[in-house]
Amino acid sequence: MKTNDMIIQFTAKIVFFIIFFFAIHIFLAGHYTPGGGFVGGLLASSAIVLLVLAFDIKTVRTVIPVNYTTLIGIGLLLALATAAFPMFKGDPFFTHYFDYFTLPLIGKTSLHTAMLFDTGVFLVVVGVTMTIIQTIGEDE
Amino acid sequence: MTQVLFIFIPMLAAVFIPFLFKSIKNVHTGWFVLLVPASLVIVYSTYIADVARGQVFTGSLEWIPSLGINFVSYLDGLSLLFSLLITGIGSLVVLYSIFYLDKKKEQLHNFYIYLLLFMCAMLGVVQSDHLISLYFFWELTSISSFLLIGYWYNRDKSRFGALKSMMITVGGGLFMLGGFLLLGIMGDTFSIRELIAQAPQLASHDYFIWALLLVLLGAFTKSAQFPFYIWLPDAMEAPTPVSAYLHSATMVKAGIYLVARFTPIFALSEVWIWLVAGIGLLTLCWGSFFAVKQTDLKGILAFSTVSQLGLIMSLLGASAITFHVDDVSNSIFRFAAFAAVFHLINHATFKGSLFMIAGIVDHETGTRDIRKLGGLMSIMPLSFTVAAIGSFSMAGLPPFNGFLSKEMFLTAMLAIKEFELFNFNTWGILFPVLAFMASVFTFVYSFYFVCHTFIKKRNEKYADTVHEAPIGMLVSPILLASFVILIFFIPNVIGDLFVKPAMLAFQPFYASAAAIDIHVSAWHGFTPELYLTLGIVGLGALLFSTLKKWQPLYQLWPQKFTLNHAYDMMMIGLDTGMNQVSRSYMRDSMRQYLLYMFTAISVIVITTLFVTDAFSFSFEGTAPIRLYEIILIIVLVIGVVTTLIAKSRLTAIIGLGSVGYTVALFFVIFNAPDLALTQLVIETISVALFLLAFYHLPKLTKINERMRFQVNRAVVSLAVGAMVTLVALSAQSQKLFPSISKYYEETVATLAGGGNIVNVILVDYRGFDTLFEIAVLSIAGIGIFAMIKLRLTRKGNGHENK
Repeated sequence: MKTNDMIIQFTAKIVFFIIFFFAIHIFLAGHYTPGGGFVGGLLASSAIVLLVLAFDIKTVRTVIPVNYTTLIGIGLLLALATAAFPMFKGDPFFTHYFDYFTLPLIGKTSLHTAMLFDTGVFLVVVGVTMTIIQTIGEDE
Repeated sequence: MTQVLFIFIPMLAAVFIPFLFKSIKNVHTGWFVLLVPASLVIVYSTYIADVARGQVFTGSLEWIPSLGINFVSYLDGLSLLFSLLITGIGSLVVLYSIFYLDKKKEQLHNFYIYLLLFMCAMLGVVQSDHLISLYFFWELTSISSFLLIGYWYNRDKSRFGALKSMMITVGGGLFMLGGFLLLGIMGDTFSIRELIAQAPQLASHDYFIWALLLVLLGAFTKSAQFPFYIWLPDAMEAPTPVSAYLHSATMVKAGIYLVARFTPIFALSEVWIWLVAGIGLLTLCWGSFFAVKQTDLKGILAFSTVSQLGLIMSLLGASAITFHVDDVSNSIFRFAAFAAVFHLINHATFKGSLFMIAGIVDHETGTRDIRKLGGLMSIMPLSFTVAAIGSFSMAGLPPFNGFLSKEMFLTAMLAIKEFELFNFNTWGILFPVLAFMASVFTFVYSFYFVCHTFIKKRNEKYADTVHEAPIGMLVSPILLASFVILIFFIPNVIGDLFVKPAMLAFQPFYASAAAIDIHVSAWHGFTPELYLTLGIVGLGALLFSTLKKWQPLYQLWPQKFTLNHAYDMMMIGLDTGMNQVSRSYMRDSMRQYLLYMFTAISVIVITTLFVTDAFSFSFEGTAPIRLYEIILIIVLVIGVVTTLIAKSRLTAIIGLGSVGYTVALFFVIFNAPDLALTQLVIETISVALFLLAFYHLPKLTKINERMRFQVNRAVVSLAVGAMVTLVALSAQSQKLFPSISKYYEETVATLAGGGNIVNVILVDYRGFDTLFEIAVLSIAGIGIFAMIKLRLTRKGNGHENK
């Protein structure tokens, strides 16, 4: 019997974006409301996992052509660089800076170097989760 | 400074030996080595006259000044005498070894490096005034003698003998270190001279007796006293120059030196006198008794060394009595000290020569078995003469030096029974009796050695093949033998130059060496000693002539009850016993180890709680319990119990999942939204991974079976649960400080520019932890990746190099 995944595939295409944007929201809002890099990363990867379930690994890999092990490295590097940067200014390791800026489109908002660190966390979590799921899924 | 450097000259010279051996092939390396001890003899000879006048020389070299550890060379009569013996006999032994060891067949560089190392170590032992550096050199003698005994390392017996001597002497050395440390603690100094200065205070200290016993243990193991002598006969597997040097003249006398050196500290104790004199006498009898049993030439000499060392030791014990008599300068015990040092010199001369003769016999005939030898007198007349001189001196006959020291020994032993203190007037009678018996046996084995080798009926085939040793080999024994005779005729010169200054070191009652009024004379009138000597000769001759009849009696003693057997059994027992012990708990089962760990943790924690009386439960300030919490707890308990008693693994996995989600709900009702979010996602992922592992279980053994119930595991898990509960309750009830979370609450907006305290703590206040947590995650991810992708065995090439 030939199975037909039309409904799940169609739903996945829509739900993927909902989850993904929710993940981004949770990630960005982390400094003020519950959330942050870790949960955001997990949610983002669960969005990708949904695609993997609906389609298959090969398709997803062509759609999202990301090498997840590289992602781990980039995330770690970003986190470490954020932490190490203050040392060049003469401040202790892991000093964060923040201030309020007026940006185009968004208007007045606060920017925080902790966000860069959290981005590192986000990338590592996505990278690790996807590496694990992908390697186990591909294993014969 | 230079005086300390003299000690190290042999060690420095040893560095050049391999180069000399490799580059200069046609000259025996020993000739170069000979320069070292020979020049040192000359150096130390220059001290003789000054030291005899009572002068002492000290030199020091800083080693670890911050700990007060230095090399201090202290030359008084005793250490000078030993230094001269070491370098003098060392020169003769090197000379002898040049002819004994073949320059083409033997690895001479190894031999001479070990020998020079040993020489350095011995000089260090006898000259060190600092206990720690003394110990340093002491162990160096053990190590270098281990190397020398195992010189022919491809022989089983050499390795066995080397290991045995190492075990016993190093073991004793470690005990001695303990004694030294106690001495250091008691006197607050490691300098022997300073310790001697405060000897009376030390004697009343609690540690005194322990220090005494430990130091004695070190001295007895090194000097092959009963029952530690067993390594010495096995050390005879060494090349003969080594036996002559280490096991007759120097190393075995390190213990003697130590006892003499420490006499002023420990002699105040009767334990010291009884132990040193008693063990010495026991060793003397034991060694002389069993020397007659041996059939190996070097075996006889080894046992005779043991017995002679016992003799010197017992004399040192008797000399310690002088610390308890009123009129020292007229006390008869002063002869004991004199005799001890005098016999030490004599023994070094005659035993060295006898070992060398045994080596010559071995070298020329190819055997050391006394049953195969005989009738060598006419073939090797020079060797025979030297052997006869040495043996007669050992037996205590005139006109050889052994006679003089044996007479003095008998004098001292006869005097002991007159001593009033410490029960010597009751038990002291044993001393002369045992000394007499031992002397008879000494007489017997001395004649046994020389007659059965040289005089007994000749083995016919030796007439053609055996000839006299080369003259170079004979020089050293002949020199030593001439000393044997010379000392008999000039005992008082030796006494004034060497013995009396050495006596001063452990008999500090005299103003100078010249004040000691001891005059040795070969003819001392019709004294009890003389009658004893006549008795020894008579009884000895009788026993020797009937040797064939009673020597087989030795075989009656069963092998099971010998000390060697006890040592072997101890080593095997330790080996197998330790194996059994570790096998009894190292079961290679993870469950066992977990059981040990959990048992240990819960027992330790619960007893600590009890002992420190840390239980106190108060429920003040606890929040009221709400309905939600009760419901959630019931769900949690159901989930846990399901996981435990589930029959199939799938049920257990789902039970575990339900526990995880309940925990997430707990986070929700306890106001931890971040945790709840993370917990939900993580629980989902881990349940999925569990299901994955479940799906891939092998089909063959997949039987759905409930976990077996085991009482011990149940008890341990209950104990761990109880422990955690008790600790949590006690900790909750005894909060000593308020939490620091107030600070975070107040500053989260102003200092960190955020609103979510949890996240701000994670990335800002304590970002450091997060940095390494993501590192942990990365390692886990890459680890999984590597484990799955990197499967070399599956591809058929098990080794990555293939």
